[in-house]
Amino acid sequence: MEKENQNSTQGNVILRMSGITKRFPGVTANNHVDLSLNSGEILALLGENGAGKSSLMNVLAGLYRPDEGSIFIRGEQVQIHSPQDSMRLGIGMIHQEFMLVDTMTVAENIILGMKDLPFIPPMHEVKSKITALSERYGLKVNPDKFIHELSVGEQQRVEILKLVYQGADILILDEPTAVLTPQESRDLNTIIGMMLAEGKSAIFITHKMDEVIEFSHQVQVLRKGETVAVCKTNEVTPKDLAKMMVGREILFHLERDAYNPGEVRVRVDDISVIDQTGRAVLEHISLDLREGEVLGIAGVAGNGQQELSEVITGLMPVTRGSLYLDERNVTGASPLKMIKNGISHIPADRGAMGVVGDMSVADNLVMKRYRKRPMSKNGILNGSVIVRFAKKMIDVFKIATPESSTRVKFLSGGNIQKTILAREIDSCGGILIAVYPSRGLDVGATEAVRKNILKQRDNQAAVLLVSEELEELMMVSDKIAVMFEGKIMGLVDARETNIEQLGMMMAGMVKESTV
Amino acid sequence: MQLITTLLAVTLGAGTSLLYATLGEIYTERAGILNLGVEGMMMMSALSAFTVSFYTGSLLLSIIVAMLIGGAMALIHAFLCITMRANQVVSGLSITLFGTGLASYLGQRLGPASNGKNLVGMTGSSFTDYSIPFLEDIPILSAFFNQDILTYALFLIVPIAWIYMYKTRSGLTLRAVGEDPRTAAAMGISVSKIRYIYTVIGGMLVGLGGAHLTLGYTPGWSENVTGGRGWIVIALVIFAGWNPGRAIFGAVLFGGINAIQFRLQAAGTVIPASFLNMAPYIVTVIVLTVMTIIGRKKKGKFSPPSALGTSFSIEDK
Amino acid sequence: MRMVLEKREARSGKVLVFVPIISFIVSLALGAIVLAASGANPFNTYFYMARGAFGSWVGFTETLVKAIPLILTGLGVTIAFKLRFWNIGAEGQLVFGAIGTAWVMIFWTFLPVQMLLPVALLVGMTAGAVWAGIAAVLKAKWGVDETLTTLMMNYIAILFAEYLYYGPWRDPDGYGFPGTKAFPREAWLPRIAGRAHWGLIIALAAAVILWFVLYKTKWGFEIKMIGMNQRAARCQGVNIQRNIILVLLVSGALSGLAGAVEVTAVQHRLMKGIDMGYGFTAIIVAWMAQLNPFAAVLVALIMAGLLVGGDQIQMMMGLPASMGLVLQGLLLFPLLAGTIFSDYRLKMVKKEEAEQCS
Repeated sequence: MEKENQNSTQGNVILRMSGITKRFPGVTANNHVDLSLNSGEILALLGENGAGKSSLMNVLAGLYRPDEGSIFIRGEQVQIHSPQDSMRLGIGMIHQEFMLVDTMTVAENIILGMKDLPFIPPMHEVKSKITALSERYGLKVNPDKFIHELSVGEQQRVEILKLVYQGADILILDEPTAVLTPQESRDLNTIIGMMLAEGKSAIFITHKMDEVIEFSHQVQVLRKGETVAVCKTNEVTPKDLAKMMVGREILFHLERDAYNPGEVRVRVDDISVIDQTGRAVLEHISLDLREGEVLGIAGVAGNGQQELSEVITGLMPVTRGSLYLDERNVTGASPLKMIKNGISHIPADRGAMGVVGDMSVADNLVMKRYRKRPMSKNGILNGSVIVRFAKKMIDVFKIATPESSTRVKFLSGGNIQKTILAREIDSCGGILIAVYPSRGLDVGATEAVRKNILKQRDNQAAVLLVSEELEELMMVSDKIAVMFEGKIMGLVDARETNIEQLGMMMAGMVKESTV
Repeated sequence: MQLITTLLAVTLGAGTSLLYATLGEIYTERAGILNLGVEGMMMMSALSAFTVSFYTGSLLLSIIVAMLIGGAMALIHAFLCITMRANQVVSGLSITLFGTGLASYLGQRLGPASNGKNLVGMTGSSFTDYSIPFLEDIPILSAFFNQDILTYALFLIVPIAWIYMYKTRSGLTLRAVGEDPRTAAAMGISVSKIRYIYTVIGGMLVGLGGAHLTLGYTPGWSENVTGGRGWIVIALVIFAGWNPGRAIFGAVLFGGINAIQFRLQAAGTVIPASFLNMAPYIVTVIVLTVMTIIGRKKKGKFSPPSALGTSFSIEDK
Repeated sequence: MRMVLEKREARSGKVLVFVPIISFIVSLALGAIVLAASGANPFNTYFYMARGAFGSWVGFTETLVKAIPLILTGLGVTIAFKLRFWNIGAEGQLVFGAIGTAWVMIFWTFLPVQMLLPVALLVGMTAGAVWAGIAAVLKAKWGVDETLTTLMMNYIAILFAEYLYYGPWRDPDGYGFPGTKAFPREAWLPRIAGRAHWGLIIALAAAVILWFVLYKTKWGFEIKMIGMNQRAARCQGVNIQRNIILVLLVSGALSGLAGAVEVTAVQHRLMKGIDMGYGFTAIIVAWMAQLNPFAAVLVALIMAGLLVGGDQIQMMMGLPASMGLVLQGLLLFPLLAGTIFSDYRLKMVKKEEAEQCS
């Protein structure tokens, strides 16, 4: 491994962040976080979504201004007010969403925005510099190709080239291998290794254990905005890291009926989905949803969970495999058909998919029932019936809204979620797909959500619960499947598993099935 | 032979105003701003050019004023769309409504008292055609060298416009803003500044196009002097694939249709003219459809700037 | 210290009422400047305009005549815009509707004369619907930008009409006048008051029906959903493609009806000048009315009033009628600038705060 042969370049602290605190309305993203990076080293920032990794790096990259704390580069304190400041200090960040203009060439993207270039840039000089740099680091990129012609891995290399061309010494990579194939990941490792040999350093944000073990010298684990631990990678075990990443043991369970699963309502049969860029977002997924059972899906967001829920609700087409609803093949059926067959969906992004923000609470509550009586008759809506229904829902689910006619976008996140919950649970035909249902909610709202889901399960509904909170999954599910990179890592009994086991599967380490 | 040469010469003359306006609108749309006010801007600049030329006799002053008027109207559009985040379609149409109305109004109020304050029928200075010695004797090609100075200027301006857009740093910035404002902003470019600049510059070029109508092509003012050219310009921008170089073909082709149609009308037959005039629009719809379909598979050299018509602000993440 | 625009938490209702009023006043002021600078007395001008458009029975009926096609096309544009489908082809849809109507009136001689009018109106509506439908299909199937296609199709329709009334459909006894022969008298859309005709009833009925559809029916509910959040609509099972096409057919039908009504009630033939710009003004009407059908009727009346007022001052004061158009334009600029204030407010902030971009 590249790690072993750096003696001359390693050792000097090139970057120090001290007491960084960043607050947003309602949440503290970083709480007095310290960070230290040596030259010639790779530091892995490990944590779940919301742990504060991206926020911390955005501070370094000049996109956020910290509320407290200071930054030192090569021993000197610096002020970073903009991405340009950050670049000037030699810091370069590659985000998860690449900042590349699709319709322009590699060379054009690399020099975009550079101020110290002549009015008519000498493109052959630029291109030869690009070629030289790409050979030096093994980046294999053709300066004349258009970005849209490149694979995701190649695009990432362009992003790296961009940073190097503009003189970056400290590279920050945000979940760099999330979009790469295993081979491309190995290539990336080689490239970074070559850069380290020259004294450059890198921080990469990840939730994947194997990356941490393979690529980093030091690992810093963040949880809920705070540093949990900083260790040398070769002095710590994956198990420890997993535990640090996901937190403490669960202390209690919610009340629920005895586990007595019934018929299989939904069968996912060896489904694979390949997206437009050719990436496999779901690979050979098979699972069953049974009446009276909550199947929890664990995993860090972005590993295919949302796509799985969209396949089951008819929103995403399937590349291979089949979907069965009550034994009938419904592969490729429309969302409307799924709804008519009894599927209720609490979507991942409540603002973008769950409600129509500019419509009233009443309108949103009635979106599953408006097609039929008594909400409408012969195509005409019955306003008073709708308002009565809405008021009842608001009451039962305790939605805090000034009026039923208030536009739903003015409600708090928790109340928007309650609206969605009310709508979906009320019209539930026995199958509930809930995706991150308690994301961003306070304690009271969260408890209400979980209790409602359990109630549906006790009423013999088949529930799929996708969640990032292991506590929630262990509290509410009967069984838990862990997803990682579009595959199911393992299926376990919720009462018999533990944090470490789940954590390891979430980070891609172990494949286990005890059920 | 002589007929072809004459037709070609007239075509170039007719195409000049179209080409200036098309170049201007290409630059504006490349920045991501859709300006449907071209028709109104051409009317107003045509009017102002003629008015200044009538009262002062100075052609130079006339085109300067026309460019300023075009730029000013574009500035209104830019302010409304960029700073005030107004709907670009409605804003552009308002400018057209306002511009055509105001031009018609002023055309009947700015004239000399002797003519009832009407400018129609008056004569001012106009551009004369200069022929280049030696070249004027070559058949067919002589059509290119028997034009007025605004047309000659295009021989330089079009290549410069093309080089600027594709070979310079500023052109790169412009194209990035129109394609992907988010990335451009991340690279330190001020998206609003760029949009303002090119909307106004585009407006000034449209103004120059309007000026040519009343100072060069058909000297003098009349009620409907633009004849809907502003809308043809919008079509030509699409037809040119937002490329200043390709704009020549569209402008010449449709300038030509315009010229031929004149001839035909004079000869008493109007029937085919309507279909000829329809051609730019039908072709544009077809071209746009084909471009969009191809563009879905892979973005090519013919697609509209991806961020055309959208508003952008840092908060829109 | 700097002024920045800050997003409001809740849409300001006060602003939505104040902005149009203030804009109207500002536009009158700007118009007064134009008038004064060109040697006309603004007060007299406005007086004559108002009196001409609304102050007399004749004037009012003339305003109605101009308002009728504006209402219909305005409604057509409204339903399309509700879907966030930028149909700016109302002008072409109107013309194509007029063409369809003329076709029936002149050539469907196999029909008894009493049936000509209703059939012609229906065919006109269908023609307008088809014309809009083409752009709708291009958008629904291939995602072709509708702003540009509908815009281009305006001119295709206008030029096609030109071809017809200069060419094969030209009245042989018309002394070379660019227009068809007159439609049979029995098939004319009758007048009600002055030159105002039954088209008014049709237009008002259309407004009521559209209001009902948009605010009281399932379909209207779905249209709103798609327009406000297409993704959420899809999650709720709404069929996006089918709705785009259906809505646009209705939109085109309304503008086609405007064309049909114009040629059967006012011009009684298809002739030069059928493209009066109503289709473009309709966009402004719909936008100003904030996509409310009843408000659209009101706004259409005001815009029509400005046009008639313009004709009036031409007669009374020798001022060009185009002043009406100028005022229409001037009304829009402050309105366009003002809409932002319903979602944003002005705030003075310290320079450092302004630079923060999170």
